[in-house]
Amino acid sequence: MAQVLILVDHTSAKVAKTTGELATFAKRAGDCVGLIMAPAGQGQALGEQLANTLIDQVIAVESDDFARHGAACLVDAITQVVEKVRPDAILIPSTSAGKEIAGRLAIRLNSGVITDAVDFASDLSATQSVFGGSFTVSSRVRVGIPVITIRPSAIEAEVGGSAPAFERMDVVISDKAKLVTITDTKPAVKGGRPELTEARVVISGGRGTNGDFKPVEALADILGAAVGASRAATDAGWYPHTHQVGQTGKTVSPQLYLACGISGAIQHRAGMQTSKTIVAINKDPEAPIFDVADFGVVGDLFAVLPQAGQAILAKRA
Amino acid sequence: MKIAICVKQVPDSWAEKKMLNGLLDRASVDAVLNELDEYAIEEALRIVEPLNAGGATHSITLISMGPDRASEAIRKGLSMGADEAILVSDPSLVGSDALATSKVLAKVISEGGFDLVFCGTESTDARMSVIPAMLAERLGWAQLTFAGTVKVDAASSSVEIARMSESGVEVMSAALPCVISVIEKINEPRYPSFKGIMAAKKKIITTKSLGDIGLSAGEVGMSGAWSAVIDAKARPPRDKGIKIEDSGDGGLKLAEFLQERRLI
Ligand SMILES: Cc1cc2nc3c(=O)[nH]c(=O)nc-3n(C[C@H](O)[C@H](O)[C@H](O)COP(=O)(O)OP(=O)(O)OC[C@H]3O[C@@H](n4cnc5c(N)ncnc54)[C@H](O)[C@@H]3O)c2cc1C
Ligand SMILES: Nc1ncnc2c1ncn2[C@@H]1O[C@H](COP(=O)(O)O)[C@@H](O)[C@H]1O
Repeated sequence: MAQVLILVDHTSAKVAKTTGELATFAKRAGDCVGLIMAPAGQGQALGEQLANTLIDQVIAVESDDFARHGAACLVDAITQVVEKVRPDAILIPSTSAGKEIAGRLAIRLNSGVITDAVDFASDLSATQSVFGGSFTVSSRVRVGIPVITIRPSAIEAEVGGSAPAFERMDVVISDKAKLVTITDTKPAVKGGRPELTEARVVISGGRGTNGDFKPVEALADILGAAVGASRAATDAGWYPHTHQVGQTGKTVSPQLYLACGISGAIQHRAGMQTSKTIVAINKDPEAPIFDVADFGVVGDLFAVLPQAGQAILAKRA
Repeated sequence: MKIAICVKQVPDSWAEKKMLNGLLDRASVDAVLNELDEYAIEEALRIVEPLNAGGATHSITLISMGPDRASEAIRKGLSMGADEAILVSDPSLVGSDALATSKVLAKVISEGGFDLVFCGTESTDARMSVIPAMLAERLGWAQLTFAGTVKVDAASSSVEIARMSESGVEVMSAALPCVISVIEKINEPRYPSFKGIMAAKKKIITTKSLGDIGLSAGEVGMSGAWSAVIDAKARPPRDKGIKIEDSGDGGLKLAEFLQERRLI
């Protein structure tokens, strides 16, 4: 039976939603081993949050070096766990940090790496959506232990029954993994709204908001949506950079994406055009965003959004 | 300081792309300098220019792996102000993946006596964001990636960056040598001036084959690829959508559409 090792991502002592998703993919191929890398004393509490996932076995590695020195220390730890577990594949969340861990690990293990997969099959092959979603490519790693990063929300996580076995493992962090010192950390501020990459609905504002995101946020709250922004909006400081959607921001693929006052530059579309349904609201009938929209309203977002919000509330009543 | 900047020639983001035998058909599209690498060049120039104005002799070398015509993209970087360039070009490099690319780049860097390597955060075609981390791993250098700000202290030979990613902002520092990748929020890349373009024509691009850098074909390219494409399909085009003019009821119509699609 194949064994798949997954990395259990976490922030502020909470396990990330990607964990259940990775476990669901891993289970297609065999047993799932979850690896927690945590500050000293936090492994157990994180492990307890994995009761409802498909993870069969949890390994916790604790070290304060992870937060102090970053990626290279994590890769040191993973390599030692891999030597012990001998997995047939390693799945990692496709975040900035996750991709870098994957890159370093691939070199360390002399293994092939596939990033940003949207699907993973029992034969350990992975599917990517490339060039802004215009092509679907399946690949297989031919050398070493496949290292694959999985795009958040690529699959609906299945819930499991029994709590996984929990085990601690000691690792040695080498001095050459400590070349970088992290002196200050400001975690991204989480508002009350869903995470961009996890949300079923995303509503984004662009330069057309002219800095006023209130109508966008108001409709977001009615729809239970996450709020995104174009680069023009984040560059202008109207919305935090962590909310940028697009090539150099986040890639989202929700059930519904609403682009408000966004022209639809190729770099923006690269991050949203695999959304199931796309709605665009733009004053300019020629805006390229309409080329990918299932429903477009040529109009002023300041009039259309509040009216749509009221109408949705009325329909629900 | 000797600074290297890894730059890649990529298909124009705006061009329609075709796939051939599981690989991007690069010949059929316009090629440009990876726009994210322009930020790396700009940042390196901003570090070096004030120091050199004071009489120092810090240099910037562009390093690229790609086909011969990648020299066009490199020329743009030279016209922005980089001093010289090395292009590794070899028929056996076709189909190289990130492991092979990083091997080639690391080899060139380790033999060039560099103290600092800049990269873009990602190439707009591969979009892997792994090369900078792979270089740090291969070279055994410090990894300072996703930098939104970079401060180089030439006196103490150290660098501090603010890493900006989806998880927030982290301030981190390291001693040289190190690999830095920069995000697009860091600066506004300059347009090459006429003077810069003229000067670039005289700058040297050294083209090297795999043999020249001491690697063999088996270690890179399709034959050495650590992963293989098994299938590539164009996504079916989106169905043509509905477009309405708002004549006072645009919001209502939008709500109706969402209701039909069971999205509210
Ligand atoms: C290297 C690089 C990376 C990039 N990465 C990204 C990225 O990740 N994400 C991203 O988004 N962009 C990215 N860009 C930028 C991208 O090219 C565009 O510049 C950007 O997406 C434009 O944002 P916008 O659509 O909000 O602004 P604009 O293009 O200025 O469009 C604003 C739109 O709002 C409409 N409008 C104005 N007022 C109203 C109103 N009252 N009601 C309705 N509509 C109105 C206008 O008609 C216009 O179409 C990148 C660019 C580069 C070079
Ligand atoms: N073939 C290449 N030649 C030179 N630099 C490259 C090459 N491929 C990638 N890079 C560098 O690595 C960065 C990240 O690329 P990637 O990991 O492919 O997304 C780019 O912004 C470049 O700085």
